Amino acid sequence: MPSTFDTVANIIAETCDIDRATITPESHAINDLGIDSLDFLDIAFAIDKAFGIKLPLEQWTQEVNDGKATTEQYFVLKNLCARIDDLVAAKGK
Amino acid sequence: MRIEYFQLIDRIIDLNLNDLTIRVEANVPTESTIFEGHFPGRPLMPGVLLIEAMAQASGWLIIGRTKFAKMPFLAALKEVKLRTFVTPGQALAVNAKIMHEGSGFALTEAEIRIDGKMVCNADITFRVVDFPPGDFVKHMHETAKRIAFPMEAVTHG
Repeated sequence: MPSTFDTVANIIAETCDIDRATITPESHAINDLGIDSLDFLDIAFAIDKAFGIKLPLEQWTQEVNDGKATTEQYFVLKNLCARIDDLVAAKGK
Repeated sequence: MRIEYFQLIDRIIDLNLNDLTIRVEANVPTESTIFEGHFPGRPLMPGVLLIEAMAQASGWLIIGRTKFAKMPFLAALKEVKLRTFVTPGQALAVNAKIMHEGSGFALTEAEIRIDGKMVCNADITFRVVDFPPGDFVKHMHETAKRIAFPMEAVTHG
């Protein structure tokens, strides 16, 4: 079974036509990979489907806009994957 | 259909918030300045307006789903197929179904049929956001009334 990171990285590579080899756990989806908000909707859709969750993008965006969180907390891939794991775990409870 | 005003939906026939589907009527007018240019002597309903009709039908479905709390805005199109010409006076049956509801976005599949035959279809992505300030939501309620939006589906759904 692929890791959360491998699944997410493959989704990003396929959705945004980004070389898979350039995507690392330290990559920032926006700043490093150049993914814009519209492309991120496609990624969110694919992640929602792959993991059976609903990424709380509205809440994350609000927190960033309010200065309560940084984009790194949600969009650096290792952090994004940790959030996904949390959501998957919460779903099983 | 008031084509020059981009009011493409005439009437909602069915809004099913359990199945997440909508069916609407949209009748292409027999005359419009649009047909004078598109094209002289060969009037055709512009493909972008067929896409807009599918987006508007999808949009009303999403508005119903959110009980008028959120406004969908067209964000992306995929797999758009304009299968045949549509001409003045034709009656369009526009159908849409929500395929995915994300956080702040939604995806639909939509199609238009004439006499049962599919003339176009598309996968559509919407950003779903709070209504813009001002009279925006009021205008949407007025339009909802004009196109027979079934408010009972929202209030009792």
